Amino acid sequence: MTPLTPTSSDRAGPAATVDLAPLRRAARPRALEFAFWLLPVAAWFLFPENLALLTQIAITAIFALSLDLVLGYAGIVTLGHAAFFGVGAYAAGMLSAKLGIGDPLLGLVFAAAVSALAGAITSPFVLRGTGLTRLMVTIGIGMMLFEAANKANDFTGGVDGLQGIEMTPLLGLWSFDLWGKTAYVYAVAVLFVVFLVARHVVGSPFGLSLRAIHMNAARMPALGVSVDARLTAAWIAAAAIAGIAGALLTQTTQFVSIDVLGFGRSAEILLILILGGAGRLYGALVGAIVFVTLHHLLADVDPEYWQLWIGLVLIGIVLFARNGLMGVVDPFERLLARKETKR
Amino acid sequence: MTPPVLETRDLVKTFGGFTATDGVSLSIAKGARHALIGPNGAGKTTLVNLLTGFLTPTSGSVLLDGADVTGLAQHKRVARGLARTFQINRLFADLTVLESVALAVAEQMGVGRRFWRPIGRHGEVLDAAARLVEDLHLADVAHRRTRDLAYGKQRLIEIALALAARPRVLLLDEPAAGVPTSESRELFAALAALPADMTILLIEHDMDLVFRFADRISVLVSGAVLLEDTPEVVAGHPLVREVYLGEAHHV
Ligand SMILES: Nc1ncnc2c1ncn2[C@@H]1O[C@H](COP(=O)(O)OP(=O)(O)O)[C@@H](O)[C@H]1O
Ligand SMILES: [Mg+2]
Repeated sequence: MTPLTPTSSDRAGPAATVDLAPLRRAARPRALEFAFWLLPVAAWFLFPENLALLTQIAITAIFALSLDLVLGYAGIVTLGHAAFFGVGAYAAGMLSAKLGIGDPLLGLVFAAAVSALAGAITSPFVLRGTGLTRLMVTIGIGMMLFEAANKANDFTGGVDGLQGIEMTPLLGLWSFDLWGKTAYVYAVAVLFVVFLVARHVVGSPFGLSLRAIHMNAARMPALGVSVDARLTAAWIAAAAIAGIAGALLTQTTQFVSIDVLGFGRSAEILLILILGGAGRLYGALVGAIVFVTLHHLLADVDPEYWQLWIGLVLIGIVLFARNGLMGVVDPFERLLARKETKR
Repeated sequence: MTPPVLETRDLVKTFGGFTATDGVSLSIAKGARHALIGPNGAGKTTLVNLLTGFLTPTSGSVLLDGADVTGLAQHKRVARGLARTFQINRLFADLTVLESVALAVAEQMGVGRRFWRPIGRHGEVLDAAARLVEDLHLADVAHRRTRDLAYGKQRLIEIALALAARPRVLLLDEPAAGVPTSESRELFAALAALPADMTILLIEHDMDLVFRFADRISVLVSGAVLLEDTPEVVAGHPLVREVYLGEAHHV
């Protein structure tokens, strides 16, 4: 064997024996992904009666993507993510109900900004601790916001909810119709854009550093990385995306229930992500589709005890698919990857 | 006169009532090959942790290029050219070798915060990472996950991560620990080939390797510097034979 020569990292030009193709290829969309995004189009034609439900799925998927960024990628376990969903929902609601600004896209941007601000304010408290401390802080933030919304009755409508929200037509062209057609197309379009952004983020150097922080945060400073700065950025971005999801719910239902801030919503979205598979964007999407659909079907069959059944189904799925539903594809992917590098 | 690249003044670190670093004053010149030896528990790793900011000293100061960096965060010291390896691997289990090194290279190049362009399209990062992977004889396992590799191979990733930072000062905490003897010779040949103006502080138990590599040696015992001199003087020093070499030969 020739001696090792690390000094040669100063030499220019590519390495001769390391195949860079697998990393380059990772960024490209795959055939299956195109197929996946035909689903919302197919659903439009197959379930025209269920557009409201399908809109719920899209909104939940955006919320799950947001959680995936901080939990699946950056490894921040949170049980208070509804805080940002709720802030976004109220921000969009008040913009219309209090200020009379009903443009949906403007509302989205506004909600994202307010939620991002909420993320910036909360991040020092959340990132300070680790493990269980962190989890407690996220729960605490969620509870405080819920109570604040409850107390600020005059402003938020308290437990009665926020009313008087009216949306102007989307882009000035499409008004929100009774059948939910505009709402569905709008929600799916926003989901698609959020997904594209998230896909870029997780595949970027920044996204790689988030995954690395998740695996071994203590090593990162020795690589020159300020872990807190990275996690703060991820936290704020996720807050903004959760806010967008909340705003969509407000805009498509023209109502804000105080439940948007509820602990149940935080727990549910965590469940959805784990169910689909954390740390992979399609896990968030599949989790949302399966959970909301199951919820709908089981509530139909057994309106009283649907939670019991959904609990059973979830336990079953998670026991058999340890890494979530999308985790099932792991062994195949690895096999494929090995074949491709061997070529 | 240019200040020493790395310097400590009366550095003290206590854990509860236990003094792990006891008034250490070191001065390391640019381009030095400085070895730090001493029995297990002498405080060698603790000293490296203090130098890099992994630990905060109880008292005393650390200077890098003559500037006080005692309170400076770890990652900022890395930005000033101070890199290290860990005695026990600290790696990224689910990243491939190439991803791990690309991560470190991206940070060195200052593109680690970029959140849009895929890592796979950062050609300059990939090229530099691939060269490092190749230089450390990891090319055949470049696309394998860290967790699937033998400890000796993982050790090379640990070193690659430190080199990716393009350090001016490199602190190596027992780099060959856990590496089979045949490969450790190769590893040291590599370390010997590092640029002459890179300042290196090496912790190592194999005295043959130390005496071949170092031009200065500090002997640390119970947290304090017992002696600092050239390899010849250190090797002949009766106290060293008694305190350290006698014990080290069984390693
Ligand atoms: N974080 C810590 N807390 C308490 N004691 C520690 C800690 N780190 C090191 N020590 C103690 O300090 C002494 C020196 O340890 P170390 O620096 O690892 O020695 P060396 O690297 O020379 O073998 C040991 O007795 C060790 O138990
Ligand atoms: Mg040690």
